[in-house]
Amino acid sequence: MIKEQNLITINADELLSQVEKLKNSGHRLIQICCTKIADTIEVNYSFDKNYSFTNLRVILPSEAPGIDSVSAVYLQALLYENEMHDLFGVEVKNMAIDYKGTFYRTSIKTPFNPPAEKN
Amino acid sequence: MECKKQTIIPFGPQHPVLPEPIHLDLVLEDEKVVEAIPSIGFIHRGLEKLVEKKDFIEYVYVAERICGICSFIHGMTYCIAIEEIMKIDVPQRAHFLRVIWSELSRIHSHLLWLGLMADAFGFESLFMQSWRIRERILDIIEETTGGRVIFGSSKVGGVRRDISKEKMKEIVERLKGYEKEIKELTNVFIKDASVKHRLCGVGIVSKEDAYALGAVGPTARGSGIVSDMRKLGYAAYNEIDFEPIVESAGDSYARCMVRIKEIFQSIDIIAQATEKLVDGPIDVKVSGTPNGEFFARSEQPRGEAVYYIKANGTKFLDRVRVRTPTFANIAPLLKILPGASLADVPVLVLTIDPCISCTER
Repeated sequence: MIKEQNLITINADELLSQVEKLKNSGHRLIQICCTKIADTIEVNYSFDKNYSFTNLRVILPSEAPGIDSVSAVYLQALLYENEMHDLFGVEVKNMAIDYKGTFYRTSIKTPFNPPAEKN
Repeated sequence: MECKKQTIIPFGPQHPVLPEPIHLDLVLEDEKVVEAIPSIGFIHRGLEKLVEKKDFIEYVYVAERICGICSFIHGMTYCIAIEEIMKIDVPQRAHFLRVIWSELSRIHSHLLWLGLMADAFGFESLFMQSWRIRERILDIIEETTGGRVIFGSSKVGGVRRDISKEKMKEIVERLKGYEKEIKELTNVFIKDASVKHRLCGVGIVSKEDAYALGAVGPTARGSGIVSDMRKLGYAAYNEIDFEPIVESAGDSYARCMVRIKEIFQSIDIIAQATEKLVDGPIDVKVSGTPNGEFFARSEQPRGEAVYYIKANGTKFLDRVRVRTPTFANIAPLLKILPGASLADVPVLVLTIDPCISCTER
């Protein structure tokens, strides 16, 4: 009934080429999200084509996480990437538009998971 | 060449046309918008974070409270994700009841939007008539769930409440009776010159742009994209005969037409679900704890919602992430605002049917 989900883990340096391949094959970017697991941050890039679901996962260290922007391939990615930056502290390089931490204007200072302070 | 003087006007977070806060910095040249810079987070509630304190059974109540308009579908989508991870076989009757409550949510949400849109372009009697009919849908929801905003009917493994076959037949009869009134109401949106003046040719998103920018729901279908997550076949939608409503013009009027037609489609889907409502249990006992992950997708009134659940084998989940349809439709909104006149901005913001409450989960 609900179709199979294709979950693929890739290295950060493969991200742009993999995303470009999906774009060229007609996939739609559904969403990008972060999950903090122990001392890593998982970044999920989800795609759809004709209701079939594909997810690319990149695993980053939680200490000073950084990743390339895919907004040159999918423009709307810039909103998810600004969200990743504001809420999870992920440094996203070469965003089409960088709101510089003003996309989320929460009353509590973001990111919500700042790196542990060094003693 | 002379540079035109630019003015930045803050739109929101408090604005008469916005029931909930979103902020746009509108960069204007005279009366024309040249750029819109969004910011959100004014009512960020941290509901995803609550998963650390509520176990996976209790979290259904939190998921339902992410939105006050499509609360049932939020709860249901969360439950579907957990059920997929735990391989729970939900009874067929519960699947059909989920379809019925989902479609009642869609009808009341679209009627709410019609009212808000009428209010935005100053047609106050149309606003009141839309909400008058919506009130009757809320009555049905209250009769079947006990709540008007939060249904409290979703649970992992099925639903909490049943509706008898007789009651459902009566509800379908009532909905068929309301169809005439809804037709009279929507005819004004379809034919009235003043409405068409505000909507036709305003805020055009081409099919290519809508796809490239990840538009979802009526925003995508109004631009000719055939995409409706109900076609995934979750709940009992695989047993319902329907096709996504699509318009091709891509303007505000097209998005309005999609929503109007979806009201009648939802009434038909409820009638079909009632016909096919099988006897049997409405839930199954859930034992154990989830271990694994799943991306559940559903079609809310505003479009595709995504629930990503990651479980670790304990009763507390590692992650709940909700991508709401409004978040996906911010990119198309930023595309249609440049070039629009300042007076059209409220209408354009409303045409994506923004639900900031969801987005600020």
